[in-house]
Amino acid sequence: MIRSKYQWLQLTFTYAFLLFFIALTLFPFLMIVSISFREGNQSVGSLIPKDISLDHWRFVLGLPMYNTAGELIKDTQSGIVLTWFWNSIKVSSISSALILLLSGSGAYAFARLKFKFRNNMLTGLMILQMFPQVLALVAIYAILDTLGKFVPAFGLNTHPGIILVYLGGVSMYIWMIKGYFDTIPASVEESAMIDGATTFQTFYEILLPMSLPIFAVVFILSFISYIGEYPVASICLVDSSNMTLAVGANTFLYDQNYQWGRFAATAVLSGIPISMVFMLCQKFLVSGLTSGSVKG
Amino acid sequence: MEIQNKPTMWQSAKRFVPHIAYFIILSIFCVIGIGMLIAGEDVVGSALLAVGALWAFVYAWKGTYAYRYLFPSLMAFSLFVVLPLGYTIYIAFTKYSAMNFQTLHGVQKYISQITDIDANKQYKFVLYPEDNNTEYRLFLEKNEDGSKIRYLSDVFALPATDDEVTVGSTVLNADSTGPSGSGLKMKELVKLRKKLKQVVVTLPDEKQVSMITFTAFAPKVVVWQFDPENQTFTSRKDGKVISPNYTTGFYEDANGVAVGPGFRVGMGFKNFTKIFTNPSIRGPFISVFFWTLAFSVLSVIFTFIVGFTLAALLQWKAIRGVKVWRSLLILPYAVPAFISILIFKGLFNPQFGEINDFLNMVFGIRPEWTTDITLARAMIVIVNTWLGYPYMMILCTGILQSVPDDIYEASAIDGGNAFTDTFKLTLPLILPPLKPLLIASFAFNFNNFLLINLLTNGGPQIVGAMTQVGYTDILVTYTFNIAFRDSANDFGFASAIATIIFIIVSVLSYINLKAATKNDQRNY
Repeated sequence: MIRSKYQWLQLTFTYAFLLFFIALTLFPFLMIVSISFREGNQSVGSLIPKDISLDHWRFVLGLPMYNTAGELIKDTQSGIVLTWFWNSIKVSSISSALILLLSGSGAYAFARLKFKFRNNMLTGLMILQMFPQVLALVAIYAILDTLGKFVPAFGLNTHPGIILVYLGGVSMYIWMIKGYFDTIPASVEESAMIDGATTFQTFYEILLPMSLPIFAVVFILSFISYIGEYPVASICLVDSSNMTLAVGANTFLYDQNYQWGRFAATAVLSGIPISMVFMLCQKFLVSGLTSGSVKG
Repeated sequence: MEIQNKPTMWQSAKRFVPHIAYFIILSIFCVIGIGMLIAGEDVVGSALLAVGALWAFVYAWKGTYAYRYLFPSLMAFSLFVVLPLGYTIYIAFTKYSAMNFQTLHGVQKYISQITDIDANKQYKFVLYPEDNNTEYRLFLEKNEDGSKIRYLSDVFALPATDDEVTVGSTVLNADSTGPSGSGLKMKELVKLRKKLKQVVVTLPDEKQVSMITFTAFAPKVVVWQFDPENQTFTSRKDGKVISPNYTTGFYEDANGVAVGPGFRVGMGFKNFTKIFTNPSIRGPFISVFFWTLAFSVLSVIFTFIVGFTLAALLQWKAIRGVKVWRSLLILPYAVPAFISILIFKGLFNPQFGEINDFLNMVFGIRPEWTTDITLARAMIVIVNTWLGYPYMMILCTGILQSVPDDIYEASAIDGGNAFTDTFKLTLPLILPPLKPLLIASFAFNFNNFLLINLLTNGGPQIVGAMTQVGYTDILVTYTFNIAFRDSANDFGFASAIATIIFIIVSVLSYINLKAATKNDQRNY
């Protein structure tokens, strides 16, 4: 490194810039934590609230709430946030597990087996996937509606139905896993074949154990993207008790029913665990991201 | 692989597990598929049988071994990506909206169920409860040519389901006044109203009457007689003929007056040409299109500038605590986007939002973030930059680490400074490998439904547009709102725009794919 005599000045500026940027980044989060402890839903206040109120937290956690006279307030919506949160976790983890199953076996065929139209199919998967599901919602709605007539458990307004729709997003993960399989030399599998292992055995007992890191990445990435999925869920899930967090949280900020404080508590409650998962897995994820995927 | 001499019971049984699973799944396909065919669902039933046959073939024949691994994912992909895509393109060529919602068959069913009440033949009625209070008798009375005609129905129970109940009846003598006891009062009739409407009384002359008001029963007449040969209907009242008009999608009489709801009809390219010929669509469409482009380009540029700057600064070895800085700066990426976007929606709220409180305190201004066009657009770009820079920072960090240090030392000897280093050395080196990722980021923002839908939902509204559309709408939200928010629910038109978007995006991703594979070849 070439050292300049003005380095201390440059360093100060750099630190100031970074601090300024981190302030910008953290401002909304600090604000939302503060708002969740404010009284009322529309009141203004400083970053550190003067009168701390736990009402919003009691609401999202489903704890009993009392008014100023000490009487119990009845609110049927109380605790619904926990239901939404649970719905989101349930839908996202089941979808991600199934995605692993589908994309893992699909990627194996693309990476190791020879068949006709292999490359065309790979390209086709990629290009068709670019069609955003939100634009096909009319069709998806019709498909779920038809399906629900025959198998009610998979119809509209059900979790199995929406999980099925999410499985359509398999191709991006096929590409990611195939990319990882390509980096593992096939020689180990070939020698196992010579020893008499079947194709399935080489896949299941040799390639899969070697590829656990990419499966972790795919699981977390798909989990995070399904937690945040909004358009399909907002059209297909109607009942309040069936909603996922992304759909439910938005209902607090309708113009005619503006519940800023409740939303704030919801955001903090649900944002922290999801962000924690992300930060813990960050090392894994960065490698997966730079290999060409986009957060969806 | 170990060699085992004597396989245990389980091991020999295990060999048959795939076979058993194969036949179980095959029979599930067959049972459901045939069941649907019997139920009259020809399309879905035969589709299921076809998939079942495909399944049977793929998992039985050695030649399709590779497809055994692909079958489940390809099925999911076909059902929820390819099929919706094909269906969307198909709808784009049809007239399909709230007005023309049903199929031709559905509309025919609707018209053939239209009934008319023959009000001239009303019967006054009294409902008498039996002693057990769960069964009833109806007493019907009508004046005809000065004399009274009276009927008494058989004893019946009110229907428990939504189906109609037919009850027989007998003629009473003209001087009979009906059963003893008192009939139900109006208040009780109102309670029984729904059930009572399902009761159809067959008079001795085979005519059927049912309740039309709280005091009267009357015969109902099915108005339209269907002619399956010409697909037309003839009125039983006045002989008027209505026939399907395949241009407007309605059943119309000779004067073009529509009867019943509309059905879906083919439109050819009309949904597409409408975009360019109808001024109240063309104007907003062009505005939305260019704003979509501007929004995507600005988002990529700003997130890249911020992300690159931060990544470059954190590359500097004199900076301490790089890991802490980095993990703090990455936070916007870690928090689910729908939470951050909604937080900003609240913070930018002109009345209650904390941003305006702050601006008011410091500068004494309260900008109208939601009603002013330029400010609303600025807000969107600001929020998207905040959301997106960590991703660019991650990408740039990864690539900057592969740039060797010595070129900067060489540049310093040649008298280069930080500015020339950045623009003449670093950027030219890192931009080519980043190109596919930047295009992908463009494509992602081109379809960034979540941001626009949650933050502004398109607003402020464009006045005078034919559909509900706003100045911050991008193509996807525009399409979504035409289909689901606008009261006309013009699915056909929405699908036409969706088709155009699909063409744009697939061309982009094809270019991207080519760029990416070219890159790979350069690296190896």
